Amino acid sequence: MSRLTIWIILGATLTFLIGPFLIVIFAGMSAGEALAFPPQGLSLKWYAKVFTVESFQASFALSMFLAVFGTIAALLIGIPAAYALNRYDLPGSETIRTIVAAPIIVPGIIVGLALLRYFVVPLNVTITMALFVTHTALVLPYAVRVVSSSLNNLRADMEEAAVILGCTRLQAFTKVVLPNIRGGILAAFILGFVTSFNEVPASLFLSGPGVRTLPIDMLSYMEITFDPSVAALSALLAFMSVAIVFIAERLLGFSRYV
Amino acid sequence: MSNAFVSLTDLTLSYGQTVAVPDLNLDVLEGELIALLGPSGCGKTTTMRAIAGLLTPTSGRIVIDGLDVTRTPANKRGIGLVFQSYALFPHLSAFENVAFGLRLLKLPNAQVRARTEAGMATVGLTGFETRKPAEMSGGQQQRLALARSLVMEPKVLLLDEPLSNLDARLRLEMRNELQRVQKDTGITMVFVTHDQSEALALADRIVLMKDGKIEQLGTPAELYAKPATAFAADFMGFENIFRVEGSELVSHLGRLSVGYEAKVHMLAWRPSGVGVGTGPHTGRVISSSFAGGHREYVLNSPLGQIKADAPIETPEVPIGHEVAFDLPMATARSLAA
Ligand SMILES: Nc1ncnc2c1ncn2[C@@H]1O[C@H](COP(=O)(O)OP(=O)(O)OP(=O)(O)O)[C@@H](O)[C@H]1O
Ligand SMILES: [Mg+2]
Repeated sequence: MSRLTIWIILGATLTFLIGPFLIVIFAGMSAGEALAFPPQGLSLKWYAKVFTVESFQASFALSMFLAVFGTIAALLIGIPAAYALNRYDLPGSETIRTIVAAPIIVPGIIVGLALLRYFVVPLNVTITMALFVTHTALVLPYAVRVVSSSLNNLRADMEEAAVILGCTRLQAFTKVVLPNIRGGILAAFILGFVTSFNEVPASLFLSGPGVRTLPIDMLSYMEITFDPSVAALSALLAFMSVAIVFIAERLLGFSRYV
Repeated sequence: MSNAFVSLTDLTLSYGQTVAVPDLNLDVLEGELIALLGPSGCGKTTTMRAIAGLLTPTSGRIVIDGLDVTRTPANKRGIGLVFQSYALFPHLSAFENVAFGLRLLKLPNAQVRARTEAGMATVGLTGFETRKPAEMSGGQQQRLALARSLVMEPKVLLLDEPLSNLDARLRLEMRNELQRVQKDTGITMVFVTHDQSEALALADRIVLMKDGKIEQLGTPAELYAKPATAFAADFMGFENIFRVEGSELVSHLGRLSVGYEAKVHMLAWRPSGVGVGTGPHTGRVISSSFAGGHREYVLNSPLGQIKADAPIETPEVPIGHEVAFDLPMATARSLAA
């Protein structure tokens, strides 16, 4: 390939990756009343308005709650699961690995539908509970994978050394394994947090009146009001995600684990 | 033996259906430095792991210091194990690595500090307290792993190929270090190696293993001078081993009449026991290399290749030339099997 072709492909790729991001940022800076690009005039009034919309406040709080606690729950299940898959030659561990990866492969919309039909409706669980369970389930595979990959880099004989020095198996895990996979756990948390926060398809099925995650709330807001505040909010969320990943990368080389 | 400190009785060790060590019997005396020597896969690590409690025996008994520990978990055996890979804790400083086991004992801080510092001094690592293992050299990591085990004052210290990852110079240094520590502390040590010279240099007794079984057990002098089997002889440097039939030596390649009759199964010679330059037989030189005090030849003979060392004073025989050699009864080792 000639240099020119390479530059064109590279340019196109970057345009498609960064372009939408820039469009959203500028669309939110419009001085006009309707969502449009290019923006009509420039102002930050829509960025300010985002913080005054009450439903956004509630749905942001819900999304935060789900992202933080759903991911923590996924880690509480995922770390022991990854450990067991990694250290013990369990019968059918290959099958378990495949099942754990399923939520990554199966479209979220199917997961949402299935959970609604066979979990939420028959058991009559609250919407918040349903969302919590769903987000935990969706984040779990990422937790298992990321933690697994850092466990792979940790030799099993270190735990044996700890046991010989007097640790119980559990102490060996908390004193030797956990501190050495800290980076992987943090990476899994961030990945889970971002995945959960941006999740739409499954949450769409489970959201109900007054209980919506932020992305779903933005969708319904747009059905009624077509003003640039959604663009402003999107831009703010994108900045939040980027900031989190950036800090993580700075702190512990996040990209090593993903 | 009555004063056995570590006693393995009818020990069978397996991985699933695979038996790695069938029916092992071994007594280690108190304060002894014993070497498990053998080729790769012969069950040395497996035996160590069983003594340490990391592997539960399929059958048999392990008695340490008069106590049956066969079912005692690894963290209650009071045994030290230095891993071939060191298995240091990368997230802890050198000091905390050594203090790790002492802290588990919930000893007062001052005591932990004192014993840790003493342990680090023993292996010459004073001043390295705050380093992480990754910031230390191979030899220093090795010594750190040793200190971590020693400060626990274990009844028995097991070392799995403790010197194999070191370069020649450090290896020698660590050898002396180990020997010194052993003499100073009087600790009973079992160490694994597949390096014959290491076992000979360090051990009070050598356990030569083959396929999970003990092939021969004895002092270095015994094993070196009197290997009992072809396998042991080969391991101890008798590189020329032949079957005996009447007054002939036999290999799978051919036979050679030697003019004396030995009433044994096999005869073996070290390269240094083979005469070069004079003798009743002739061979063609196929390789010749200078080895300091002597010259190492490989000769092609009716029996196949023969390894022979010649004093450096004798004139060199060029490759491809014929040379007389001798397999004298005087330097031969008789083997029963
Ligand atoms: N985890 C395992 N699962 C199944 N078989 C094993 C396992 N570990 C070792 N073995 C087998 O048991 C036998 C003894 O192995 P072991 O590790 O004790 O050998 P070794 O003498 O320490 O060899 P090396 O000098 O290479 O370390 C070998 O045949 C090996 O293949
Ligand atoms: Mg081994």
